[in-house]
Amino acid sequence: MEIIETLINGLSVGSTYAMIALGYTMVYGIAKMLNFAHGDIIMVGGYMIYLTMVATGNALLGLLAAIVFCVVLGISIEKIAYRPLRGASPLAVLITAIGVSYLLQSVAQMIFGTAPKMVNIANLGNLQMGSLKVPYYTVVTLGCSFVLMVGLTVFVKYTKTGRAMIAVSEDRGAAQLMGIHVNRIIMITFAIGSALAAFAGFFMLMKSPSLSNTLGAMPGIKAFTAAVIGGIGSIPGAMTGGLLIGVVEAISFKIPIIAPYTDAIEFLILIIILLVRPSGILGKVRREKV
Amino acid sequence: MKQISKIKWHHYINYIVIAILTVVFAFMSFGGMLDSSTLYMLEKMAIAVMLAVSLSVVVGFLGELSLGHAGFMCVGAYLGGKISCLLEPFFDNGMVTLLISIIIGGIAAAACGIIIGLPALRLKGDYLAIVTLAFGEIVRSLFMNSSSESFGGSLGLNTPRYDKNSLFIIALLLVLVCLAVLQNIIRSKHGRAITSIRDNEIASRATGINVTKYKLAVFSISAFFAGIAGVLYSFSNYTVQSTKFSYNYSIEILVMVVLGGMGSINGSIIAATLITYLDITLQTKLTGNLAVLQDLLYSLILIVLVIYNNAPALKGFREKYNLKNTLNGIFKRRNDPARHTDDEAKWDRVPTKIKVDEVLSVEIKTTQSTVDPDRKEKE
Repeated sequence: MEIIETLINGLSVGSTYAMIALGYTMVYGIAKMLNFAHGDIIMVGGYMIYLTMVATGNALLGLLAAIVFCVVLGISIEKIAYRPLRGASPLAVLITAIGVSYLLQSVAQMIFGTAPKMVNIANLGNLQMGSLKVPYYTVVTLGCSFVLMVGLTVFVKYTKTGRAMIAVSEDRGAAQLMGIHVNRIIMITFAIGSALAAFAGFFMLMKSPSLSNTLGAMPGIKAFTAAVIGGIGSIPGAMTGGLLIGVVEAISFKIPIIAPYTDAIEFLILIIILLVRPSGILGKVRREKV
Repeated sequence: MKQISKIKWHHYINYIVIAILTVVFAFMSFGGMLDSSTLYMLEKMAIAVMLAVSLSVVVGFLGELSLGHAGFMCVGAYLGGKISCLLEPFFDNGMVTLLISIIIGGIAAAACGIIIGLPALRLKGDYLAIVTLAFGEIVRSLFMNSSSESFGGSLGLNTPRYDKNSLFIIALLLVLVCLAVLQNIIRSKHGRAITSIRDNEIASRATGINVTKYKLAVFSISAFFAGIAGVLYSFSNYTVQSTKFSYNYSIEILVMVVLGGMGSINGSIIAATLITYLDITLQTKLTGNLAVLQDLLYSLILIVLVIYNNAPALKGFREKYNLKNTLNGIFKRRNDPARHTDDEAKWDRVPTKIKVDEVLSVEIKTTQSTVDPDRKEKE
């Protein structure tokens, strides 16, 4: 029974990672950049939830506020920091993204201080099924993220905007020639990624209520790891990678000897996968052309 | 006579400045004119310069982003600190202990550099950045979870503090060694091979450059000096704690490199000195929540500088108003191609990939800076 509980817990953590990883992978696929600040958007969303909860006490209202604010923030970051660098060397874009991540963290620290804030979203209790005991928040997380992932897949596959996104990620120049407004597509991608980050922030606060300015840093890196493991640029890949990392984390936490090394193990998996299959599990192999 | 006149003094200016400063500070220290906080700052500056210069070779010249530089430093700091703890009872002279720990710490870090360089051969860009970051975190978590008798665990490793009146001299001398090694590599044919890998890896492979060899070499040499900086760090502090070496510290080193200008070693030296000075002076002035102002400033500097230096839209503006042209305008200096130094390669001199529209248009622009003065003379 404990194995199943661990697995469910892992899948729930993993689906949170998958939410974040989707943001990374979509931005990487379409704008061809690693948005290092993505993890910190989760943190900003967390603070929005906190502020709304202090004001109104309603967690769902907080989630809504977080989504709106994160979308606006994501779009403005793209416009101010990343758009001027379109066409510049990838290294320059990456360093700017690191700068933005650092900036968000320090602004949050300046406003809210270093002491963690407690955000008690709701004590949902446990779901008891026979001898199986699962906290309700894992069920909620799993259900919500499943719906979101299905929704996203449908959106990308069957709507005009979604197909334009695939086109831009395949070949930006050709997409532009076909009349696709590339800048707008990139903006929409950032908006979707940031909205998913807000959801991820909500799920994370549901699991543990402690909120500080580094909330998103480590999960962000792990989610990027997940996106790379799954094959960056691939939406199903991000989901697979996220779930895999989550399950590995949950199992590793349960084994006392290796529990302190959980982070190290996850990163080791990344290095091994990149060495064996540099394009990730579901990623496409792209040959470099001169 | 011709040989003598060809010595390029500006190539050696940084050695000369650092050597003079070392001698001056050494005399001042023995004369008792420096208080302990200044000595501490000098040690920290030397460590920062070493870190920034060694990272600058990877980022500015090889063109790969490494976010694991603090990880290499961590290896050096822990191993060097441990060895100095073990050796301390056997040697009366602290210098022997110091030298042995520096060599072992450096070599251990270089070995890690080779280990991390191996995946680097297959990966590049963002992937490599994330792998180096992962490496740094793995190393940190290994040391953090070590048993208390081996590396001190989460409490940190207690290390003997070296005599503060002389450690900064050793540190500055090591900076000179580091500069001599790295600058000579960069100015040699190997350095040109390294910059060619940065500019276009496929093209340099096609011209017969052993990309594998050079990448591994650069990673291990850079890690070697980061390891030495780590050993020095352990000697200048009473404890080594793994929290210091988180990836934020790697980013701080990166800020130094970017602020100094990628592909410029002197720039990295100046930026590292400046940032360390600001760090230490602001640490006492800004307390509590104000301390974050410093991070805020760094992040803004990073964003603004990178956008200003790289944005394609600002290219015309940059060419019109850069520092060199302004100085030339003030001093009425002729823009002489022979004055151009080929080692301080500018980051954006050669485009990484030829754009489609450039291929379609017949016009190929060659700026004056791409003209190699040596070749012109031969012709």
